[in-house]
Amino acid sequence: MNEFDRADGVSRRKVLECMTWVGTGVLWTISGGVPHSLGIIDEAVAQETRGLTFLQISDSHIGFHLPPNPNALGTLEEAIAKVNALPTKPAFMIHTGDISHLSLESQFDDADRIISQTRLDVHYVPGEHDFLDPEQKFYRERYGRGTKGAGYYSFDANGVHFIGLVNVVDLKAGGLGNLGADQLAWLEADVKSRSASTPIVVFAHIPLWTVYPDWGWGTEDGGRALELLKRFGSVTVLNGHIHQVMQKVEGNVTFHTARSTAFPQPAPGTAPSPGPMKEVAADRLRTMLGIATVTFKQNEHRLAIIDTPLQS
Amino acid sequence: MMRSAIAAAVFGAVVGSGLAGGALIARAQSPASAVSIDNFTFNPQKLTVKAGTTVTWTNKDDIPHGIASANNAFSKSKALDTDDSYSFTFTTPGTYAYFCYIHPHMTGTIVVESPTGSNATQ
Repeated sequence: MNEFDRADGVSRRKVLECMTWVGTGVLWTISGGVPHSLGIIDEAVAQETRGLTFLQISDSHIGFHLPPNPNALGTLEEAIAKVNALPTKPAFMIHTGDISHLSLESQFDDADRIISQTRLDVHYVPGEHDFLDPEQKFYRERYGRGTKGAGYYSFDANGVHFIGLVNVVDLKAGGLGNLGADQLAWLEADVKSRSASTPIVVFAHIPLWTVYPDWGWGTEDGGRALELLKRFGSVTVLNGHIHQVMQKVEGNVTFHTARSTAFPQPAPGTAPSPGPMKEVAADRLRTMLGIATVTFKQNEHRLAIIDTPLQS
Repeated sequence: MMRSAIAAAVFGAVVGSGLAGGALIARAQSPASAVSIDNFTFNPQKLTVKAGTTVTWTNKDDIPHGIASANNAFSKSKALDTDDSYSFTFTTPGTYAYFCYIHPHMTGTIVVESPTGSNATQ
């Protein structure tokens, strides 16, 4: 018997909480800055996808081995198998941080060995778990080449401007995620000469919007970054860190968080702490882990995000 | 002879830290005190000790935590995995604010009083 089999009120609540992750087929588009819901995954798959498709994975936490997931490397392998089986080969992948659990070289090695099986270019940003080695050098050596500061950078693909930000270093007591003045100045310069019609995708580990400050789920100066992007007609913000799908639309800005491939975390305020949901039954775990595909339809400036669990 | 005396003193401090009435032993030897990390909180959040006390933080969570002074007043810990501990001996009276450098919304305070009992502020 497990938590889900019990007939008391607490278990029922747990089941309902989990259902929020099971409802996975989220698809929507943005056209002219107005979001339209397009329906569930099946309809999405039915639509021919043209244009730029890329993939987001997050929070691999290689090295995590406690309940509810004794094998975070195994679930990353399952996620990568899903990627390799996609009908449309993505142009590239982004990883929104917490590649490792404790920044050990062996953990980065294991993650690289699995992720490289996609044969895709991977654009990383670090999570706080990737800077835990005493000299904070492994992440930078492996993933930070050609980047500024602790690893921020931008690149262009199919007319879309991608910006990878770092909000997990130089954190202050009592504070949230932090970008810092240097990075904000770089961002301002980076977008300055771009036309307002350029679609922007910003990705960082900790949500740039305030999800739940009591658990540290937000970025202290995230609002300043968003201010710099306000004039653009299409801004998509992709984050990880909270190990669950959450979406919000504000004007032309769309916020989205991806699932972890390692372990789920509770919805804000539904547990004493943001620690792993260790009571999740083994047969439910894979409905709460997964990946996200993102498609920009050319000429239409449409964007669609599909979250796919390891098991539906 | 000398070596066994030191070993006994260390042993006394360790035993003392595990007892409710450990202050009696701790006063004679190196005093010790403990902070437990549970559910992303430091417990107790505010700990008052005498100067010379060794404070030991133990991570009881399933997620790593790290101890850092809010103003670099003491050296930071390495990342503490589940059940890992970090100890620091506070020799100077004062109020030491600290936080988890992995989850900075987690904060705590160590108040170090002079051995005579007065509480100087740093």
